[in-house]
Parts: sequence; structure tokens; C-alpha cells
Amino acid sequence: MSTTSIDPRLAGARGAPKKGLTLSWSDPRFRAIVWQVLIVGLIAGGIWYLASNTAANLEQRRIATGFGFLGRTAGIPIGEHMIPYDPAVNTYGRAVLVGVVNTLMVTVIGVLLVTLLGTVIGIASLSPNWLLSRLCHAFVEGMRDIPLLLHLLFWYALLLTLPPAREAMTLMPGVFLSNGGLKTPLLVWQPAHSWAMLAMVAGGVATWLAARRATRMQHATGLRPKVWPVACAGLLLAPLLVWSVLGAPFTLEVPVQGRFRFSGGSNLSPELMALMIGLVLYHSAFAAEIVRSGIQSVPSGQWEAAGAIGLKRGVVLRQVVLPQALRVIIPPMTSTYLGVAKNSSLAVAIGYPDLVSIVNTTLNQTGQAIEGIALIMAVYLTISLSISLFMNWYNARIALVER
Amino acid sequence: MSIATTTHATVARRDQPAMLVVGPLAWARINLFTSFWSSLVTLALAYFLIKFAVSFIDWAFIKSIWTVPTDATGRLDPTACREAKGTGACWAVIWDKHRFILFGRYPFAEQWRGAIVIMLFLGLFVVSAMRRFWRKELVLIWIATLSTIGILMWGGVFGLRYVPQDEWGGLPITLILSTFGLAAAFPIAVLVALGRRSTKLPAVKLLCVVYIEVIRGVPLISLLFMASVMFPLFMPVGMNPDKLLRAQVAIILFAAVYLAEVIRGGLQALPKGQYEAADALGLSYWNKTFLIILPQALRLVIPPLVNTFIGFFKDTSLVLIIGIFDLLTSGKVAVADPIWQAFSTEVYIMLGLIYFCFCFSMSRYSRGLEREFGQSARR
Repeated sequence: MSTTSIDPRLAGARGAPKKGLTLSWSDPRFRAIVWQVLIVGLIAGGIWYLASNTAANLEQRRIATGFGFLGRTAGIPIGEHMIPYDPAVNTYGRAVLVGVVNTLMVTVIGVLLVTLLGTVIGIASLSPNWLLSRLCHAFVEGMRDIPLLLHLLFWYALLLTLPPAREAMTLMPGVFLSNGGLKTPLLVWQPAHSWAMLAMVAGGVATWLAARRATRMQHATGLRPKVWPVACAGLLLAPLLVWSVLGAPFTLEVPVQGRFRFSGGSNLSPELMALMIGLVLYHSAFAAEIVRSGIQSVPSGQWEAAGAIGLKRGVVLRQVVLPQALRVIIPPMTSTYLGVAKNSSLAVAIGYPDLVSIVNTTLNQTGQAIEGIALIMAVYLTISLSISLFMNWYNARIALVER
Repeated sequence: MSIATTTHATVARRDQPAMLVVGPLAWARINLFTSFWSSLVTLALAYFLIKFAVSFIDWAFIKSIWTVPTDATGRLDPTACREAKGTGACWAVIWDKHRFILFGRYPFAEQWRGAIVIMLFLGLFVVSAMRRFWRKELVLIWIATLSTIGILMWGGVFGLRYVPQDEWGGLPITLILSTFGLAAAFPIAVLVALGRRSTKLPAVKLLCVVYIEVIRGVPLISLLFMASVMFPLFMPVGMNPDKLLRAQVAIILFAAVYLAEVIRGGLQALPKGQYEAADALGLSYWNKTFLIILPQALRLVIPPLVNTFIGFFKDTSLVLIIGIFDLLTSGKVAVADPIWQAFSTEVYIMLGLIYFCFCFSMSRYSRGLEREFGQSARR
């Protein structure tokens, strides 16, 4: 912001001469102050009126205020929890935390899948292949013109009409699909796996460093050293080596079909599956439209110029068009991500224990409506703000590429 | 706005020798079988598409059950549907429940009123969509139609039976929530958008920014919960406004924010010269805003406004969660009937079609407008 400084010779001539505030309606500053005092006063009065009503109501219904209820034992059974939870011991606070973790998990996985599917469909809808692009357009129109809640109810109902556990469909050996959800074999976790994972993370860091170095070398000499051997060694060979040195343990816990339910293995509940399918299908339609219009916003001269220097269509798309399209794509994509986060709250309709559904149960049991809703709003505002901040940072980073 | 959408493919085609250029074969060659990979994709997609279409038509039209007989006690007998389960659709559930899905718990004998309300809404949308009616009288048409709808739904005058609000349901509720919501949210949205852009009233600007950012950051459900459990606490002791009204207020507060952001886009897109010219004429703030700025700014944002309205129409279905009888809720309750419990897919497909018809026609309309405006802007 160095260009905004004003020429000192002009500084005196710029503004109108300052006058004192006159208490007259013809003075715009006086009018502005009166209006603001009036409006703020009205709103403050309205809030005070609602607050006094609320206080009177709470007193009449003998509801205590405050977040003390979070310390009481919850007693809400929760089907799916990522962190340890026992309704007989744990508190409402813990139950709410379980909900927050579930919401975050759905949001993160949803955002990743939406980005993936949206990008693929958005690019495919620009394909010169007529059939492919028509199908993608049909997908987009079909998915986004149906309310998300209907999506969820539909997929949930469909998953519940699957055969019961004893007649479960076997998709692959050890993988069963029934109205109780998707059962998959579970790897019995041993220390060797943790070490292998650690080696993989280290390999990832090494790959990243190598890629950065390669880019630097490319800028300096014009030749790009190969990165893929480092990636192979770091991401594949090193973890495998660590794993086999530690005895290569590999035990799978395969689900066993019982009369009414399965035992063992890992389970993906129909609620979570319906929620993910609905969220991803609905939002990826919007994401696909964003990607499509972003790519179309890149002038065709870019395609032609890249084609003229002999690049293939795929390379042109990855190296020339997408980096430019990203600047158009990022801002609307941010609101799609925010939509995924906020709409994951519809889980309450199909009984997946996300934040809203757990808080809803809590406030039905304790009567602490105001605190419960304040909690929901605070958590979602935090999530929304974090996504906005991150995407703004990313957007600024991308924008720097431009001169 | 991008004008040229030529892709690499068209460029590459230019330097190929002239081959067959007209006729369906040439078309297929250019659009479906350009290269090896393109042909592979075409064949694979065609295979799956045909397979899916055949099995869907088989399920929906050929092996489907359209009506079921009634048994001795006068109840419907869904045995035929149960037998066809998995191989054919059971459309009998729609036939049996269509009145309930469309009108919910509205008294059966009075449901013609609901039907007229739906027609009135459709007529209102069609009239509003025609550019020939875009003038001040449109506001009067809206007020007249919405009051007629109110009279028809409530009754109590002109010899119509009074129907309390908690017996309303189905498609009329969805249309009422979205249309009344839009009509009420729009003026609020204009004021909030103006407030957010105001430079002389920092306190008002701050209020508008906080209102917009808070509502945009939370899900609609939290507002609906607020409407259903917190509004009763806000009211004076003993006063308990109707549930539908509470949900409507929440939807208005929610919609106003999104509309305000769209309108702000229009205000920002308007060239600064328009503001300055109006100031130079010595117009007051409100004259400037209503005579010069808003007519142009709103025109600029009609397509995104229609898109917001689509989203908003779909979002009214969320009232299901607080137990209001809109179209989706009545569909869900219809399949809770023990006879039809296993046939929810058919009902949901039907509901999806209804929502799709509304949203698709609106999105087509918005796209047409965008094209039209784009052309006039380019000229």
C-alpha cells in the first residue's frame, strides 16, 4: 500500500474545510448520529424486551440457566462414537463432544469426496465426448434440484430395505452389505503398523522437500530432477521395510455372520452411509458446476497457445488451465464447503448422532433450550469461520502467482 | 462472463483432413468416437446407460403394480405389491395416498381449496416470470393473490369453513413457506444490503454485518430449533404464537441474509458514476436509492436471485425436522402407514419429481434470463 500516500502539496487542498457539528437537521453528520442512535436504540430495546420476557418465562417454568447441565451424567445412548463414550458414566459435555467429533468427521470426509467427485464431473461435463458431457449435465440437474433432506430420506429408506443380516449380500469375501450397514474386515492394529505409518509420514515429508528442491532446480537450471524415485522410496518402500523388519504382522478380523447381526469386523452404519451418499451427491452437483464455469472462464487462447507448443490435452488442463481456473473456483467452492459443514446437521432427520441431534436430545431431556442452541450456533460458527479463514488464506496464496 | 467457449478439441480438428462432415455418422464420429479412449468411454457409458434404463423401465412401468384391490373389510390389500417387491414398483401407494401427500391433514371435504391455492401460486409465479408484467402493479397482484390464498386456507368468511393452521399441510405449506418467506424477506434484505454498504452510519453497518455473518455461519436447522423451542420463551408469559408462524419467521430471517448478500452484489456491480450522477442532481438518499440505484441493481441480480429462491424453496423442506406438515413431511407420514411401510422408494421418487419440476423450471428460467441479459449487455 505504498501508492496511497498523498502528495503533501495537495494534502491541504483535498478535504472540505472542517466545520463543527451543528445541531441542525440540515447537517448530514447530525442526521447520521440521530438515525444511528434511533436504530441502535430500537434494536437494543427489542433485545431487552425479549430478554426480560425470557427471564420471566424461565422463572415461571423454573428452568435454571447456565451450562451446569453439561457436567451431569448424560444417559443418552449414542450408537457411533469416535472417542470413548459410555452413557452410564459420561456427562452431557462428553456426549456433546462426541457429536462435535462426528460432525467434524462427516464434514471433512464430505468435503474431500465432494471436491473429488465435483472436479471429475465438472471436467467431464466439458469433454468433447457428447454422451459423457450430456450425462454429467443430467447428473448435475438431477441431483441439485432435489432437496437434500429428500436425498437423505430416500437413501436411508433404500439402505433399510436391504436384506437382513442373515441374508446379507456378500460383495467381496469378508465384505457384507445388509440393512445393518456395510461390514468390512478390520485390520488388527499392532505397534508395527504405527511404526510403518510413521515411516510413511516421514516419506511424505521427504517427498515434499524433494519436490520443492526440484522446483527450485527447475527455476535455476531449467531441468527438473526426477521426484518419483524419492516418492516411491519414501511412501512405499520405507513403510514396507519397517513393517517387514518388525515381523510383518497381518491379522484381519473378518466379520462373522450371525442370525440377527454380525460380530467382529468394522461397521459402516446405514445412517452414516445415507448421510455421506446424500451429502456428497447433492453438493458435488454444485461443485461440478463451479469447476465447469471456472474452467470455461479461462480464455480459449490459453488452450490454443498451450496446444500450439505441443502439450497434450491432459497436460494443458493440469498445468495451464486449472491453475488459472482455480482463482475463479475458490470463492464459490468455499461456500459449497460451508454448505457441506452446515448441511451435515440434517443428520438429525435420519438419526445419525451428529452435534445437532445430540444437543437436541440433551435439550429435550434437560429443558436447557437456550444453552443448547447457543452451543450448536457457537460450534457451527467456529467451523464456518475456520473454513472461511483457511480458504481465504489459500485464495490469497494462489492469487500471489499472478503478477 | 466468458464469451468464447472453444475447447482444445475444436482446435485440433481444424488441421485434420476433411472427411465426412455431415450426417449422423459424421456427427457420431466427431462427438462420440473421436479417439480410442473416447470410443471406449462412449461404449462403456452406453452399456451401463442402456442396462440401467432397461431395468428401470422394467421396474417402473412393466412389472409395476398400479392399483390394489380392497378386501372384505374395505381396506386396501397390498399383497400384490408385496409379491412384486424388488422386481416391480408399487404405484398403488401413490394412488391411495396422493390426496394426503398433496394436502396433508387438511379436511378431506375442503381439499379443493388447497388445490385452488396451488393453482393460484403457479399463476402468480408464471405472471411474475413474464417481463411484460415487471412494473409497479405486480406488487398489487402479489398482495391480492396472497390475501386470497390466506382467505382460502383459513376460511371462516364467505361461507367457507374455518380451518385452523395446524390442520394445514402438504404442497400448499411448502409454497406458503417459500413464497410468503420470499415476499417478507425481500424488503428486509434490501434494507440490510443498503445498511451493510452505508458509509455514514457505522453503527448500522456493524449491526448488518454481524446479523449477516452470524446467520450465514449457522445451519438453518439451528434457527428452526430456535423457532420451535426458544420463541415461546421470548414471548410475553402466556402468549404462544403458532408453530407455522414461528417457522415462517425463522425462514424469513434466514432468507433475508442470503438475499441481502445477492443484492449487495448488485449494488457493488453498479458503476460508481450512477451514484455520483444521482448525487450531482441533488437527490436525497432515499430518492437516489429508490429511483436510480435499486431499479438498476436489482435488475442486474435477477438471475442469482432466482437461484437463491430455488435453494430456499428446497430448504423449506427442513421444517420436517420440527414437525411441520409440508410436502416432504406428508410424504414421510404417508409411508409410515403399516400397509405401505415397505414402499417408501416410490413415494420419495414422486416427491422428488414434484420438487424437481419446480426447481428445474426455475433454473431454466434463470438461465434464459441470464442469456437474455448477457446479450443486451454485449450489444
